[in-house]
Amino acid sequence: MLPIPLITADNEAFWTGGRDGRLLIARCSDCGSYSHPPTPRCSACFGQNVGPVPVSGRGRVHSFTVNRQQWSPELEVPYVIAIVELDEDPAVRIFSNIVGCPADEVVIGMPVEVEFVHRGDAFLPVFRPVDA
Amino acid sequence: MSAELEQRCIISGIGQSEIGRPLQRGVTALTLDACLQAISDAGLRPADIDGVITWPGSVTGAGGLAPPGPGTCGPGVHAVIDALRLQTNWHYAGPETPGAFATVIHACMAVATGLCRHVLVYRGVNEATAWSTATDRVGADPDGVAGMMGWLLPYGAFSGPNWMGSWITRHMHEYGTTREQMGAIAVNARRNAQLNPAAVMRKELTLEDYLGSRMISDPLCLFDCDVAVDGAVAVIVSAREHAAGLPHPPVLFQAVGSALRGRASWDQWQDLTQTAAADAGAHMWARTELKPSDVDIAGLYDGFSVLSLFWLEGLGFCGTGESGPFVEGGARIARDGELPLATGGGHLSAGRLHGFGHLHEVCLQLRGEAGERQVADAEVGVASAGAGPLASCLLLSRG
Repeated sequence: MLPIPLITADNEAFWTGGRDGRLLIARCSDCGSYSHPPTPRCSACFGQNVGPVPVSGRGRVHSFTVNRQQWSPELEVPYVIAIVELDEDPAVRIFSNIVGCPADEVVIGMPVEVEFVHRGDAFLPVFRPVDA
Repeated sequence: MSAELEQRCIISGIGQSEIGRPLQRGVTALTLDACLQAISDAGLRPADIDGVITWPGSVTGAGGLAPPGPGTCGPGVHAVIDALRLQTNWHYAGPETPGAFATVIHACMAVATGLCRHVLVYRGVNEATAWSTATDRVGADPDGVAGMMGWLLPYGAFSGPNWMGSWITRHMHEYGTTREQMGAIAVNARRNAQLNPAAVMRKELTLEDYLGSRMISDPLCLFDCDVAVDGAVAVIVSAREHAAGLPHPPVLFQAVGSALRGRASWDQWQDLTQTAAADAGAHMWARTELKPSDVDIAGLYDGFSVLSLFWLEGLGFCGTGESGPFVEGGARIARDGELPLATGGGHLSAGRLHGFGHLHEVCLQLRGEAGERQVADAEVGVASAGAGPLASCLLLSRG
């Protein structure tokens, strides 16, 4: 099995929101800023009123790399490792995989939408191409 | 004019163990070789050393931005202190720094503040012996991966090429940087390694070889990646009053750079067309009146070939986005070019010593002791270390 993240009080909403099909990102209810990774203090105004809120799960591929190295026998290569910028705030970057299309078809700017991979206690957000 | 920190310090001695892939001797033996050589090179005895620092030290766990892998740590500071029966005023090791040259900058701070007179700075690795694949990260922490790696490893991003790949993809997208341009870094390093008896990769490497090698993580291919080795480097940072009467010419500090202005993160860094090299570079130049055009040789970090491109831009040797054309064809960065790069073969061909190989080579060049590969009239040199959010750099000159 591929690694799973250690789930903590700070990141639990992000890693488990997918159980209900929701991508939850930390947002400040005072100033409205998103903070990612989630943190107990808003990274813009440093206030404490920050908590997980659902976002659309839509975004764009900011950049990517296609891993072709067989780091371990159980790995199926190639696979796409991407940084996705969220539609709600392109400064929020989700480090993830692009699934559902051939690796060589991924391009910068490609619109994508979240889905979730259940592994251990985590529901890992991954992204699939969608029409713009 | 250098800032006060730099004015108070010199590099008084350098040492390097045998470098190989792999070696029979253990990493502690190699590290002590390098340390004793550096101490002797400075005209000192172990009893004169009153400070010690290494990076990352004897650490485990993958919580930080620079997670240790098999063979990357070498003996910790306490092991070296005890082995050499050193008597220190100060010692330190830690992985959470602005790149590996934070050790040298820390040593300068210890010397400049009067805490120490002679600081032993070292880096020892036995990755060639210890490293087979990154599978220890695939199987890492079955209960869940903590810290920075908890965001990367679950997505199969097990190693540096996976973390840096997206940065260079973006650089190519924005500026049209090509694989041929990246390859010029690898080919130049190999050409220089052919004149360095200590380099581990000395067989000819052509641009065609480079372009034909297998992909690791697009667009990074095998020859974009540096080579795991067993070996160690040490330098002695001394107070400037010791410059007179050294066995070798002292190497002077003109400026150090260690700034981090972007996110302290691999995946949240906002502008993937530049690395923390831009922050450390700007910081370094703000501490000196020297200019990029004053630099005669550059040991720019090349854990991946593309990192040298980021450093070229970050240090202002070319404009933003212009590093690809700058290196294309290799003439400008050759030993007889306007900015000789990786004159000892770099980490790509001389072995992965996490910046310390470059530091050793730049010191050799500034001392005029680089033998067959000596660059004529090398008076000012820069050495840099780090990738992504990690960066530190040193502007050095002949004493």
